Amino acid sequence: MAAKAFEPPKIMKQGRLVPWLYLLPALVVMFFFIVYPMLTTIALSFGNGNGTAPAATTCIEGRPCWGIFENYRYALTAEFDFSSPIAFWNSFWASSYGNNIKWIVLMVTGTVGIGLMFAVLADRVKYEALAKAIIFMPMAISFVGAGVIWKFVYDYGTQQTQIGLLNAVIQALGGQPVAWLSMPGINTLALVVVGIWIWTGFCMTILSAALKSIPDEILEAARVDGAGEWAVFRHVMLPLIMPTIAVVVTTMVINILKLFDIVYVMTGGNFGTDVIANRMYAEMYVNFNTGRGTAIAVILIVAIIPFIYYNIRRFIEQEAMR
Amino acid sequence: MKKKMNRERINQLLEKVPLHFVVILTMILWLLPTLGLLVTSLRPLQAINTTGWWTAFAPGREAEAYTVHCANCHGADGRTIPQADLSNPEVVNRTPRSLQLLALLRREVDGRPHMGGAPLPSPQEAAEIAAYLKILSGVEAPPRFTLNNYIDALVGYRGTQTYLQDCAEGQQAVDLQCTPADLLNPRGMGRAFINSLIVTLPATVLPILFAAFAGYAFAWLHFKGRFLLFAILVGLQVVPLQMTLVPISRLYADLGLNGTFLAVWLFHTGFGMPYAIYLMRNFLGSLPTELFEAAYLDGASHWTIFYRLVIPLAMPAIASLGIFQFLWVWNDLLVALVFLGGTTPVMTYQISNMVTSLGAGWQLLTAAAFLSIILPMIVFFALQRYFVRGMLAGSVKG
Repeated sequence: MAAKAFEPPKIMKQGRLVPWLYLLPALVVMFFFIVYPMLTTIALSFGNGNGTAPAATTCIEGRPCWGIFENYRYALTAEFDFSSPIAFWNSFWASSYGNNIKWIVLMVTGTVGIGLMFAVLADRVKYEALAKAIIFMPMAISFVGAGVIWKFVYDYGTQQTQIGLLNAVIQALGGQPVAWLSMPGINTLALVVVGIWIWTGFCMTILSAALKSIPDEILEAARVDGAGEWAVFRHVMLPLIMPTIAVVVTTMVINILKLFDIVYVMTGGNFGTDVIANRMYAEMYVNFNTGRGTAIAVILIVAIIPFIYYNIRRFIEQEAMR
Repeated sequence: MKKKMNRERINQLLEKVPLHFVVILTMILWLLPTLGLLVTSLRPLQAINTTGWWTAFAPGREAEAYTVHCANCHGADGRTIPQADLSNPEVVNRTPRSLQLLALLRREVDGRPHMGGAPLPSPQEAAEIAAYLKILSGVEAPPRFTLNNYIDALVGYRGTQTYLQDCAEGQQAVDLQCTPADLLNPRGMGRAFINSLIVTLPATVLPILFAAFAGYAFAWLHFKGRFLLFAILVGLQVVPLQMTLVPISRLYADLGLNGTFLAVWLFHTGFGMPYAIYLMRNFLGSLPTELFEAAYLDGASHWTIFYRLVIPLAMPAIASLGIFQFLWVWNDLLVALVFLGGTTPVMTYQISNMVTSLGAGWQLLTAAAFLSIILPMIVFFALQRYFVRGMLAGSVKG
């Protein structure tokens, strides 16, 4: 820890025990609900289906086996078809891993893109507060509620009349109604749209605050020098808010990796829409296989470790500046 | 001169048209899905399944058929011909069905064809006209909007009519008594609402309390490993929930805590801690040093400083944190699913159950979903300022 941390004033020194009394309740609950279970999860991931024997005992003669890492073999390879490169490619993009990558790419682009655009535009209208409140509102709605709301938008009727808004619009324009949630390829995109609807407000709010913190003089100076609005945005605003965009993107990636409810409620992970977090839930609480469920959880945290590292580094940098 | 000014202003306004267009279009797009939910939840069952919610305010196909075929003689309100007043229930009662109506239209009136040279309506259109005549005369005016869906959702009604109809006919399901006690039916949203409240309130208060203590220690007390411990805490903020579920459900099973409120309170408290402490410490750390020094020199103990100075000053942070934790717990599905399940269902559980296994109709789903988002909406709009502030203070929770 090279950074010099902020220190409270010396005169406020107190008995050695006092700080720990203040910390005690928090440390106790955090130990029992985060630290202890994390370590246990790692241990369980090397065990069998109910945690009574090592994972290697679940290996079947004549099938591939990774010994003590057997649950990881299952978690990492079971969804893939290794018969040919093309089959592998196709099965990868229908797997929970492929879907999580789609989620990350599409949803980060969507939320940050729309959020940034709206933050810039709303800044120029008089009804900014109302406009932002409306975009932000879905943040207060549960994923389950949003799932119902959007399931209705995507409703696909076998009858002539479509009561789902999206299919009705398509029909009115002369197209054929689409079964949005059960058609592979389109359904993950349909779910991502729900995620974008919920999280754009978050990105917009944080980016908007960053935009507003840019001193007016800088923008005015650029305009006086003859820069158009687009040039001001591209060459002045964007570089200045880059650090904030990085924070928003990392936060979104973490959120997406953990995302479970939307998929669970809207498709249950069927029709090729599974994601890592839902698969973990299914292994654990539908198939009741502790070893496999925890192995997937460990893979999830391994994917998140770089972000944990990044968060701590950013924190240390901030502290050094205080 | 003045004219020129006006023209400039108009040009300026015109330049802004695309801007307003994009902003307002986005706003509408963002509102439409929720609006659809609200409107649908207020429509009667038959209407929901036969027409889109956006037609709820439109006159409907019936009125259209009537206007096309009848309005030019009978008038918009059906009263133009005194001896054939279509707003008269007795007249309308003679043609309750499309067949009778068609027969009537084929008959001659005063020696001339009823419809003149105009083509007769198709049986489908005749049915629509007959339906419209009933509305016009008040014989049978189906309401456009109803609160029945909400009543059905609250009591957990699963039949094919409505709870009120079943009760009036004495055909209610075995678990319903048709008394206010039905609001506590374990299958209903009424009970789930109460369960959600019982889960959420302590799970919001406890972490804030613990975080205030810890945040104060991290901000203003000396102890070894202060910085290291806090850095670890920053890292813990993003640990996925999934990582901790399995061991805790096993631990709870050993302790017999599965399915109890205590189980969920403790879990949310533990899990909400890192972010809560982070926010608290950053807020408290930004208070002026002189304040604490002065209080300390005046002889105040740490405890006095904490509850006389820190707690009142930390109110904005407490408000932010409170909203965050409230929304987080209220909207959570995974923890409720794993630790409470169907024994004490909360609202999110109840709705997800209706969607995934019961395949409930839209009238129930939309009403239930709206019931579950009312409270967070109120909290959100009333305290939006604090919510945004808390989020800007570094939000990476989930």
